[in-house]
Amino acid sequence: MPGSDSAVMERKPWVAEATKDARLEIKDLNVYFGEGPDRFQAVKNVSVKVQQGGSFGIVGESGSGKSTVLRAVCGLVESWDGEIDIDGAPVSHKRDKVFARKIQMVFQDPYASLHPRHTVDRVLSEPLKLHGFDDIDGRVLRALDDVGLGADFRFRYPHQLSGGQRQRVAVARALMLEPEILLLDEPTSALDVSVQAEILNLFADLRKEHNLTYVMVTHDLAVVAHMCDEIAVMQHGEVVEVMDVEAMRSSTPETAYTQELLKASMGYDAEFFGDS
Amino acid sequence: MSDTLLSVEDLWVRFPTRSGTVDAVRGISFSVGRERVGIVGESGSGKSMTGRSILRLIRSPGQMEAKSIKFNGENLLDYSERQMRKIRGHQISMVMQDPKFSLNPVHTVGKQICEALRLHTKSSRREARQGALEMLEAVQIRNPERVFNSYPHELSGGMGQRVMIAMMLITDPKLLIADEPTSALDVTVQMKVLAIMDKLVQERGMGLIFISHDLNLVSSFCDRIIIMYAGRIVETCKASELHNATHPYTRGLLNALPRIEEPKGRLEALQRQDSWKQEVSVDARV
Repeated sequence: MPGSDSAVMERKPWVAEATKDARLEIKDLNVYFGEGPDRFQAVKNVSVKVQQGGSFGIVGESGSGKSTVLRAVCGLVESWDGEIDIDGAPVSHKRDKVFARKIQMVFQDPYASLHPRHTVDRVLSEPLKLHGFDDIDGRVLRALDDVGLGADFRFRYPHQLSGGQRQRVAVARALMLEPEILLLDEPTSALDVSVQAEILNLFADLRKEHNLTYVMVTHDLAVVAHMCDEIAVMQHGEVVEVMDVEAMRSSTPETAYTQELLKASMGYDAEFFGDS
Repeated sequence: MSDTLLSVEDLWVRFPTRSGTVDAVRGISFSVGRERVGIVGESGSGKSMTGRSILRLIRSPGQMEAKSIKFNGENLLDYSERQMRKIRGHQISMVMQDPKFSLNPVHTVGKQICEALRLHTKSSRREARQGALEMLEAVQIRNPERVFNSYPHELSGGMGQRVMIAMMLITDPKLLIADEPTSALDVTVQMKVLAIMDKLVQERGMGLIFISHDLNLVSSFCDRIIIMYAGRIVETCKASELHNATHPYTRGLLNALPRIEEPKGRLEALQRQDSWKQEVSVDARV
């Protein structure tokens, strides 16, 4: 699609605004998996810029590399090249403790991301101990309060919590080290819609209170339209389009792929999908 | 919608546990004609149990009980296990959520489709193979021969689900129960699979029970909607009238959905009321 490619180039607003302070900037990120002939490039030349206090969304289908971008940023994938800058300073492949205080991640499935034999208290206090924080007791209680769980939940095990409560614990854990950037990898896709609404509201509140910057990955366009100001669409490991939320709402995306995604998330339309 | 295919009266599903009996489905009645009926609810609302109990597939220690489950005028509750096996997959088929878990990993796709056909009809191997290839083509698989000879792990999620639909429709059932058939798929693939299912169901004049948690999807895909909460039917309406739904639970679900067209500062969190659990189930028979 040579025509649409040039259209994407023209629309990149962040190229012109390079002077604005970016909290997180990814330049020409490539991620590879496997070796030799099996080597597979999951992310190709992704460049993204997230403003201080902004909320940036990455959407795409499974296998488009959207989660891999987040995992590369927080250091869970090692085989990457390119540049990842936080507050203008590039991060190395090996991350240190200071990095962990800046960036934390919330994962998709709260049933898999909490240790089944650790109490909520242990889950929340472990990062504090590792980083030598004081007043662990008070911090755990405040964190529980922040995410809308009371002190009653402190000594429970994950199996004694509902899916929504688990995700709140996972959010609390990510907030323990007072990070500035939160990476959210499909944080509500394992939850019912009513619980999803609660968690999304929680994210909005926390962002205001703690002045956080979000990077959110999801396949749900409605969620991303609700949460984010700027949205990147990924397909086959590449960013095919970056648009602001208004462009998305008014259904004026440039590429055919984004239009199809938008249409699909509006519901079933026999005429549109029946012919293909 | 005049001819009723399936009519369920006063269905209960119970699970005895150490701390007393849990009622997963509490006395619901509904009917399905040659139409697309959506059953919507959150996890734990009993929607999947309802689908399974039509085919009497509730596993022990679960128990099901009903006044009647009438299919084509016959009460399925009076049938023996042997007679039920003739119904399952032949008269009433079921498509499950994830093709990864519903296809046998050690047999080729073709073998499994042929098996379904040969179990229920007297057809030769060659006829079965021919039928399977035609069916694979009907679900818009571009290279039926290749897919016929491949194993489930060689297929993508969308292809796997098309194979499942092919397998379930090859016996020409009268009723198809689809339990979250597209939840494991990407949105655009999801729509293509739905379009295929829609077309085949319409062409063959089948009834469809579409079980899903996605209110938006169900309202755009089905003719009629049944909304379940805590094992009961709280509301039923035409899909086109969903926006006029009156029950606070339905309204709450609708308001909790973020929408692309209408931005909201805050999403409305659903305030559950205990009284909803006590209400009498709405009769969804037509």
